[in-house]
Amino acid sequence: MNKFVKFGLPVLTLALLGAGWWLGLAWAPPDREMGEVQRIMYVHVPLQWMAMLAMFINFVAAVTYLMRQSWKTDAMAEASAEIGLLFGTLGMITGSIWGRPTWGVYWSWDPRLTSEAILLVSYTGYLVLRRFVEDPEKRAVWSAVVAIIGAINLPIVWFSVRWWRSLHQVQSSPKTVDPQMVLPLRVSAFGMLALLILFMVHRYRIALAERQAEVALPEALPSDDPALRANHSSKVA
Amino acid sequence: MTPVNRNRLIALGALLFAGAGLGFIAFGNIGDNLVYYWSPSELLSNGDKAYTATIRLGGVVQPGSIQWNEGHTTLDFRVADGPDANAKSVHVRSLETPPQMFREKIGVVVEGTYDKAGIFTSNRLMVNHSNEYRAPKEGEEPRKWQDTLAEGATTATVTPPGAP
Repeated sequence: MNKFVKFGLPVLTLALLGAGWWLGLAWAPPDREMGEVQRIMYVHVPLQWMAMLAMFINFVAAVTYLMRQSWKTDAMAEASAEIGLLFGTLGMITGSIWGRPTWGVYWSWDPRLTSEAILLVSYTGYLVLRRFVEDPEKRAVWSAVVAIIGAINLPIVWFSVRWWRSLHQVQSSPKTVDPQMVLPLRVSAFGMLALLILFMVHRYRIALAERQAEVALPEALPSDDPALRANHSSKVA
Repeated sequence: MTPVNRNRLIALGALLFAGAGLGFIAFGNIGDNLVYYWSPSELLSNGDKAYTATIRLGGVVQPGSIQWNEGHTTLDFRVADGPDANAKSVHVRSLETPPQMFREKIGVVVEGTYDKAGIFTSNRLMVNHSNEYRAPKEGEEPRKWQDTLAEGATTATVTPPGAP
């Protein structure tokens, strides 16, 4: 398992992303309306899908933690929120780069873009809350509540293009996309999934180690409280 | 109450709250009051309300309505409810280079003001893309947006008389 995470998974990730993006850039045809710029789809769409998946994992981990307390699900929640925010932010940046040549604007307050912005802000708030609460148990419970409430943004973002009028188009399906474009999109999506898993494994291990250290030796961790720090250094001196 | 039961109660409360919030947004008809753009028929039926504020108008570029004035670099076209010729439409005047995909029968959203002369002056012209992605047809050149931008720049410059 360790060997796979260390060598197999990075190689698999690079191979899938390399193959998917090569297919997308060199093998697939350009779009007849948008031309070459449409190829950014093979980056933007997998990023957004994986961001949604990571944030959904965060929701499941939060509910599971409240049902049955365990540092493992709390660590999983922290890891998935951070990676989901990273992927979602990159997805928004690539989307805005795509928007300029096609829509004519980088940004507009359309329902999809606005709800996505709210989503990213709410997961930023979630991570800020986690940094603010010192007691690991309180932190886990409070952030789980925020995670569950924040997760309502996921269906809102997904359905925003169907519920309301928007600049962003509705979801595509293999029926509305030519097969030569579906294949590179699928391969790069699986590549992005492998990257998500790779990041998750590492970030989860770090988070779990931190939780266990906090519970075992609370004093061993560096404190944010200046008074405590001063106290500690005077003892050393 | 044990901490485990307390946590489960918290989970239930958070889930109920989230479900209620989602239900309100999905079925609460907030979309009726918060629309991203008006269609031409909505704009026309709104009367005086449409005159003062900056608004967005969305629809389809009516076939045969695009007029490019080289001297004044203005772009005039009509935004209609639908692609058929007798759909209700609004005259739009734009002063900027349109995005590459701008053409007849494509979806557009324009931001600007509507005046009593019946002209919508747009200061932001956006083009919708559908959810279809297709390869170019046999023998068809895909649009290259750099070329389109360059072309947009050259149409504005007047060729000096006597130039080859």
